[in-house]
Amino acid sequence: MRSDGPKASLGLKISAAAGLIFMIAPLLLIFVYAFTTEEKSYQWPPPGLTLKWFEVTLNRPDVWQALTLSLQVAAISTAIALVLGTLCAAAVSQSDFFGRETISLLVILPIALPGIITGIALRSAFSIAEIPFSFWTIVLGHATFCVVVVYNNAVARFRRTSKSLIEASMDLGADGFQTFRYVILPNIGTALLAGGMLAFALSFDEVIVTTFTAGQQQTLPLWMLEELIRPRQRPVTNVVAMIVVLVTTIPILAAFYLTRDGDQIAGSGK
Amino acid sequence: MTTTALAITERRPGLLGWLSDQFWRHPGMFVLLLLTPPLLWLGIVYIGSLLALLFQSFFAIDEFSGIVDYSTLTLKSYAELLRPANLDIIVRTVVMSALVTLASAVIAFPIAYMAARYVRGKWKALFYLGIMLPLWSSYLVKIYAWKLILAKEGILTWVFESLHIGFVLDGILAIPVIGGNSLSVSYIGTFLVFVYVWMPFMILPIQASLERVPVNLIDASSDLGATPQQTFRKVIFPLALPGIIAGSIFTFSLTLGDYIIPQIIGSSRLFIGQAVYAQQGTAGNIPLAAAFTVVPIVIMGLYLWMAKRQGAFDAL
Repeated sequence: MRSDGPKASLGLKISAAAGLIFMIAPLLLIFVYAFTTEEKSYQWPPPGLTLKWFEVTLNRPDVWQALTLSLQVAAISTAIALVLGTLCAAAVSQSDFFGRETISLLVILPIALPGIITGIALRSAFSIAEIPFSFWTIVLGHATFCVVVVYNNAVARFRRTSKSLIEASMDLGADGFQTFRYVILPNIGTALLAGGMLAFALSFDEVIVTTFTAGQQQTLPLWMLEELIRPRQRPVTNVVAMIVVLVTTIPILAAFYLTRDGDQIAGSGK
Repeated sequence: MTTTALAITERRPGLLGWLSDQFWRHPGMFVLLLLTPPLLWLGIVYIGSLLALLFQSFFAIDEFSGIVDYSTLTLKSYAELLRPANLDIIVRTVVMSALVTLASAVIAFPIAYMAARYVRGKWKALFYLGIMLPLWSSYLVKIYAWKLILAKEGILTWVFESLHIGFVLDGILAIPVIGGNSLSVSYIGTFLVFVYVWMPFMILPIQASLERVPVNLIDASSDLGATPQQTFRKVIFPLALPGIIAGSIFTFSLTLGDYIIPQIIGSSRLFIGQAVYAQQGTAGNIPLAAAFTVVPIVIMGLYLWMAKRQGAFDAL
C-alpha cells in the first residue's frame, strides 16, 4: 500500500502553500487596517495604531441601520429558503419522478447565472408588476438564491438517511408527521442548520442582486459599496470591513463543525 | 405493496392521521405537494422575471423621447449589440473570463491536489478551513482588501520598494493596454482581484474529482513502469479534468457577469456587467440592457452544454 504514506514533492508543497497564503493574507490585512491612525489614504505600513475608530463606528447611526436591515433580511430570507429548500430536497430524494433533473437545474439556476441577470430580471419584473421597492423586494431576491444552499445540504443528508429507518418508524405505528418529527428531523437537523447558516452568510453578504432590488434602503453591503466607489470615511469602512469578516466567519466555522462528520461538505456548491 | 400493508391495519384517527395515510398511499401526490411551494416560488419569482427580461429585449427604445415602444417587436437591440463599441465590451469580458479561469485553475490545482491526496487529520481540517473561509467571506470585503493592497501608497508598492525593485513595478505599469497609472486602475489589477475572488470556487470541484481517483489505478500505473510525471499526465490529470471544467463553470460565469470589481478596480473600459448596469440605470435603455444580458446567458448555455459533454456535472 504505497499510497498510504505518500510524500508530497517540495514543488507541490510550495505551490499549495503559496496558493493558501494568497487566499488568506488579504483578509488578515483588513484586521491591521482597522487599527490604523491614517485617515486620508491607504498608507502602508500604518503610521500608528489606535482603537479610536471602533468607538466612532459604534456611534454611527447609518452603520447601525444598515447592519440591522441586513440582519433582518438575512433572517427572513433564510427562513423562507429553509422551508423551500427542504421541501425540494425531500421531494427530489423521495422518488424518481419525471423532471427531477429539471428541478435540480431550476434550483441551481439562480446561482449559476450571473447575479446581475437575476438582479435586473427581478427589477424589470417589479417595474412591470408595479411593485414598489421595499424591504420585501430585497427579501424576495435573497430567498430565491438562498434556496440552493439549503437544498444542497439537505439533499446530501437525505441521500445518506436510510429509507429503512423511515419504514421502521411507520411499521411501528407512527404516522407521517410523527415520523417527520421524531425520525427525519433529528436526522437532517444539523444539515439544515448548516445550510441555514450558509444561506444567512450568503444573504448577509449579497450585493449584486440587492443593488437592483433595494430602493432607498441600505443593507450593509450596499453601504460598503458606496464607500468603495466614493471613499469618504476610510477608517469607519476599515472597522466595518473587519466586523463583516468576523460576522461571516462564525457561521462558516459553525457549519463546518455541524457537518464535519458527514462525507458531504457543507456549502461545497455555493 | 405498501397499500396492502396498510389495508389490514386500522385507519389512523383524526385529520392528521387521515392525511398521513393519504400521503403514504399516494406517494406521487405527496411529492407534488412537497414540490408545489418551491416550484411556485422559483417559477413565478425567478423564471417569470427572467422571461419578462428576455421579452423586453425585443422592444426598441425611441431615440428621441427615450420611451420604450411596446407596440412592435423588433431585433433592433440585438443589432445594436454588434456595434464595434459593444462588440469590444463583449470580447474584452470573454477574454478576461477565460484568462481568469485559466489562472484560477493553475493556482487552485496544487491546493486541491494537496488537500485531496496528501493532507490527513488535523491538516485536512486546516486546509478545509483555509479554503472555505476565503470562499465564504464577504465579496466586498475581499475587493476592499485588494483596494488596500493595490493602492499607490499600499502594501504592494511598499514591498517592491523595500526590496529595491520598484523599477519592476514601474516597468509592469508602463506596459501599454494592461498597465496604467497604478495597479488599482489597470487591467492587471482587475485581473488579480477577479482571480482572488473567484479562484476558491475552483478548488472544491477539483478536490472532489481527485478524491474519486481510485488509488489502485495510480499503483497500477507505477507498477507498469510509469514515472510519477507520466502517471500524473496520463492517469490523474485526465480523471481530474471534469473537476477542472466544473470549477471553470463558476469562475467563468462569475467573471462574465461581474460589474462591481471592474468598476472599483480597473480602467474605465466597460465589461458586460457594467454595460448592462449603465444601460438600465443612467441610460434608461432597458431593451438594450436586456439584450446585453442575453450574451452571458448564451455563452453560459454553450459552456454548460460543452461541460456536460465532458462529464463535468458529475464532479459538481
